[in-house]
Parts: sequence; C-alpha cells; structure tokens
Amino acid sequence: MKMSRRTMLHGTAGLATAAALSAPARAAEPIRLGLLTVKTGPLASGGLDMERALTMFLKERDNTLSGRKVELIVADTAGAPATARTKTQELVEKNDVHCLMGPLAAFEALAIDDYIREKQIPVLGVAAAEDVTQRKPNPWLVRGTSSSAQCAHPMGEYCAKDLKYKTMITIGDDIAYGHEMTAGFQRVFEENGGKIVQKLFAPLTAPDYGTYISQLKEADAIFIGFAGSNGFRFLRQFNEYGLQAKLIPVGGMTALDEAVLRNMGDEALGIVTTCWYSAELDNPANQKFAPAFRAENKYDPGFYAAATYVEGAVLEAALKSIDGKIEDKPAFMAALRATKTDTVRGPVRFDEFGNVIGNVYIRKVTRKEGRLVNSVIKTYPDVSQFWTYDQKAFLANPVYSRDWPPAKNLSN
Amino acid sequence: MRTRGLYTAVSLISLIVLPFVAGDFYINLATQVLIAVVFSASLNILVGYAGLSSLGHAAFLGFAAYICAGTTVTLGLPPLVAAVLALAGTTLLAAIFGAIALRASGLGFLMITLALAQVVWGLAYRWVGLTNGDNGLTGLTRPHPFGLSLDSPAAFYLATLLITGIALTVIAILVGSAYGVSLQGTRDQPRRMAALGHNVWLVRWTAFIIAGFWAGVAGLLYVYYQRYIHPSVLSMATSAEGLLGVIAGGSGTLAGPVVGAALVVILKNYASIYIERWNMLLGAVFVLIVLVMPDGIVPGVRRLLARRDR
Repeated sequence: MKMSRRTMLHGTAGLATAAALSAPARAAEPIRLGLLTVKTGPLASGGLDMERALTMFLKERDNTLSGRKVELIVADTAGAPATARTKTQELVEKNDVHCLMGPLAAFEALAIDDYIREKQIPVLGVAAAEDVTQRKPNPWLVRGTSSSAQCAHPMGEYCAKDLKYKTMITIGDDIAYGHEMTAGFQRVFEENGGKIVQKLFAPLTAPDYGTYISQLKEADAIFIGFAGSNGFRFLRQFNEYGLQAKLIPVGGMTALDEAVLRNMGDEALGIVTTCWYSAELDNPANQKFAPAFRAENKYDPGFYAAATYVEGAVLEAALKSIDGKIEDKPAFMAALRATKTDTVRGPVRFDEFGNVIGNVYIRKVTRKEGRLVNSVIKTYPDVSQFWTYDQKAFLANPVYSRDWPPAKNLSN
Repeated sequence: MRTRGLYTAVSLISLIVLPFVAGDFYINLATQVLIAVVFSASLNILVGYAGLSSLGHAAFLGFAAYICAGTTVTLGLPPLVAAVLALAGTTLLAAIFGAIALRASGLGFLMITLALAQVVWGLAYRWVGLTNGDNGLTGLTRPHPFGLSLDSPAAFYLATLLITGIALTVIAILVGSAYGVSLQGTRDQPRRMAALGHNVWLVRWTAFIIAGFWAGVAGLLYVYYQRYIHPSVLSMATSAEGLLGVIAGGSGTLAGPVVGAALVVILKNYASIYIERWNMLLGAVFVLIVLVMPDGIVPGVRRLLARRDR
C-alpha cells in the first residue's frame, strides 16, 4: 500500500512541494493537471497505461510546460459513474486543478458532463462517447482520441472495398461504446454494398463467450468491437472453437490493443484492425515514444497509453500558444481547439465541436523481432467524426445505438 | 442522559455550521454521507427491526431516481409533480416486490429481493427508449422549492440535512410505536406473534413498503445531487453498500446506519484519495469490525462504554 501516491508531485523535490502546497504560495504557481483514470476493476489495465504514459510525457519535459511546473494529480474513478463524479469534484474543488484529462469510459464522461459545463473546467477527453462532441457538444471539451465510430467508419469501407467481404457479423460489448462503434461500422459497410447478417452484444463482464460463439452464423468475416481485454478473451475462445478457418476476424480500435497483444500467440497473426494509433507508426514523435515506453514497461504502448500522450502534446501546444497562461480559461479553451500539432498518432487538429480530425490506420498483426505488432497497411488521412457524411445530415440522425441504424439484412 | 443530550446538540450544531466553514469538496462529501444515511436507515427498518435481510434495496433508490429524472427531463414535468410521482411509484413498487418477496423469509427472501432488483437493473439497461440505457439520463436541474435555489453545494447540503433529520425522526417514532414493537416481535418470535393474533405477514409487508418509501426519498436526494442517473445505481453493489452500512454500524439501532453509512462513504470517497488500494482497506475495516464488534460499531461502543462506567 503506497500512501499518498495519488498526489504525485512532480518536479521540485517532494518536501519542497509539500511545503509550497500547505502555504498558499501563489508566486510561481504550478499548473495543476488532474487525470481521471481507472485503477481498480475490469478497466484498470487501460487506466494504468493512461497514467504511465502521461507521467512519462511530463517527465520527458522535466515536468515543465511553457516554463511552468506541472503538478499531476491522479484520481481513480473505479470505472463507476458516481465515483467518477465524486472524483471530479475532488480534483476541482479540493485540488483546484486548471484542467482535466480523461476519463476513460463513455458513461463516466457523460456522468461528469454537466458538472464540467457548470464549473467550466477545460477537459482533454479520452472517452469515446459520440454525443459529447455531436448532438450535445460540451464547450469545455477537446478530444484528441476519437469518437466511438470514428475509426469504425473507415474500417467499414476497407472491409467492403479492399477486403471485398460481402456478409459480416458484428459483436461488441453491450455498452454505449460497443453499440456506437458497431453501428458506425455497419452503416459504412452496408452503404458500400456489404450486408450485416448478425449483430451480437455481450455483457461487459461476460465470463465466457461460448454461448455467443455457438450462435455465430455463416458469413465472410466478423467485426469485433470489444474493449479492454475482452477482444483477447473472445478471440482465444473463437480459436478454441476452431472458427478461424470459417470466419475471418477483424477488429475495432480496442479489439487487439498492444496491451493485450503481448499475451497472444500465432493465432493473432494476420488479423486486421483499425485504430488512430499503432506502436509501429514511423513518425518522429512515435519513434521516440514507443521505444521509450517499451523500455520502461516491457510492452508496446497501445490505445490508452497513446491517448494521454497525445492529449499531453495537445496541451503542450495549446499552452505554448498562450504563453502558459492557463488561468484565462476561455483563451485556453480556444487555444486547445485551435491546436494543430504533430503527435505520436500523426498530425491532429480539431473540428468545431472539439473532436479530433486525424489519421486512422488499418493495421495487421505481424511478427517483428519476436513480438506481435500492429503493422500499418493503410492510412486514411484526416478522418473526421462525421466520416464523409454531411455534418448537418449526420447530426439530424439519432445517435448510434443498438437499434440505429436499423439492421435490414439480418438472416434468420 | 444529560451528556447524551449534550452530544446530540453539539453534533447537530456542527452539522448545521459545517457548510459555512468547510470547502465545497467537504460539503459535497457530507451530502453524500447524508444520502447514504437515509438509504441505510430505510434498509435498517427491514434488516434491523423486521429481521429480513434484503440485497435488493437499490431497486427503490434507483427506481425513484429514474422516475424523477425521466419525468422531468423527458416529459418536462415540474419537480414537485415528479417527486410525488417518484415516491408514489416507488411505494407501489415496494408493495408489489414485498408481496412477492415475503412469500419466503431468511435466505429465500434475500435471493428473491436480489432477483427482483436485478430485473429492475436489467430493465434500466435494456429499455433504452425510456432510460437511455448505458448512456444514462442527463440534463436534470435541481428544484427551487419556495424560490430557494439548491444549486450551491451548501444549500443542497442543508436541504439534505433537513430531509435526513425528518427521515431519521420519523423512523425513530415508527420504531418506538406500537407498530414498531410488533414489528420487532415478528422478528424475534413470529409464531408467538401469530398466536397473539397479529398478522405477521401484514406487519412485515407494511415494513417493506415503508422501507421502500424512504429508499425512494434517498433516491430523490441522490438524483438531484448527482443530476445524472446510470443503471449502475441499481446494481447489487449499491444494495450491498447499504447493507454493509447497516451491519457495520449496528443493525436494529437508530444510530447504527448513520455511523455505518458515514464509514462506507468516507472510506470509499475520502480514504481513496490517499490510499491507492482503498478496496483492500474497505475490506480490512469490515473484517476488523466483524472480529471485534460482531454486532456493529454502535452496540460495540455502547458495550465498551458500559464496561468502563461499571
């Protein structure tokens, strides 16, 4: 049990900072950055990666952004909406943070949404919930990761046009994230001539996927929209049932994350997935980040690690443009949204809702230097959350869900 | 008796003064403690006084919260109407669930309450058109009773304190009344009570309904505090936390759920700031309570004090 680890004081020696905290020394006040992440429960592996990468990002910059020290305060939301809210209040009211990063899960983001508006706290979001940058846009949010379906849209096109699949099955977690991602995939895949013949959703904490696997119908391929370690668990069982010969698995942005890839064997080889990041990207920022992260943690950075690292880069760029004056919240928020910078995921900029416009990569699992990696095989440049659709028409539709868009081609 | 009155007065005054001296974070923490107190106190009617352990009490808290949020956000009803509807609906639900669950007692009762609560939880997840499923319901604003704004943490805290005070007083009167005594009679000697001409089933059923009603009150406070509702509120974890509060504090005592609920909320929301593995601490504290004071903190401390005075 590590006492007080939560108040991780970076930069100045621990004692000095502690003294500075107790006395309201306002002279050279540090920037207080709150990270909402999940350190307990089923989502914890991603949550811990978020903390590790952000800590690394700050350490590389000597805990200084735009000439000001940065103090990182990490809060564990336990992946529960009510706790996420309490922890947000703690960071805002007790620690008086200047801005927040996180949270991880969509329902957590929705739980704190109105509180953020009320307190007007700039948030660098990670969770993928569609509507916070669409039908109910939050003016205090920028999201440098992606919306739930942002990477699934290009995957739908890739499956129909490049891989030439005619019929597909989708399966995902029975949470908003799973619904939204598979819905976006279905929409683009079907508009490109494909047919979704079966849609399945399993509970987030399903102990066993046997009942779902035995229901699978005949199709060319199956799209896996799972989060966390569920994609890995599903695929393992999928192989045990000997289905890989009959049905080709492809995945969404969290199905075969680098964090779980290290636990897999040859059965993962050749699986195609989509994401806004891969540890294999050869841009200059990532060529520094990925090896450094690997050296420190013994595995490749994935979705969650890259998420906070990208958000860190966005924060750095925005702070630079306003000379570190984070206290002027509207100016800081405007700077965040105007940010155009190169990050480990490639160039990012933001749309009018604060959602990222950036590259989406189609990746294939290959073996490199003995470990499994997600090699990039195709890049869709500058993908927006609206894909190729007209923004107005897109927003006039209901938000992606279990039932929208309706699946018209289900086989009986 | 005199010192006891003094203690009560001091703690009451400090509770009222708290929002004027503490920061927002601590006021909000205190509000959450109070809401948990109402919830645990309502459950204590069942667990402590009727001897019926329920693992499904969250159904009533969540049901009231969902009705309130649903009717105000989706239908645009005024908060007072929504509150009345929520409480009426929850009481009705408790009447129905009670009628089903009280076909059994002991373990059977526990399992039936658990199953019924899981049904409500499942509905909240699945009936997306009504509950917005896993995205939860947002957009609720706090009411303005008599033109007073409850938007600030301090105002909402004081309102919660008032309602908590009313809830605890009413429950105290209820427990001390003839009905309360007969309820405890059905807990200790159901057959004798039946032989004496009491309708044991009816006594228990009314207790179930009253417990459901006060859990509904806790649900209203909860939803107005959070201004967001998600199916996880209806999960077994919420019921279990309420039950932990009752058992840790001391079931069948008026002060027990107050102490127990405060302990659970503070461990969960405050200790977790300083200790990364707060789940373990929570577990360890409860194991300790069970080992040292098996009947709960309040009876345990009372026993210690009595020993000292002797």
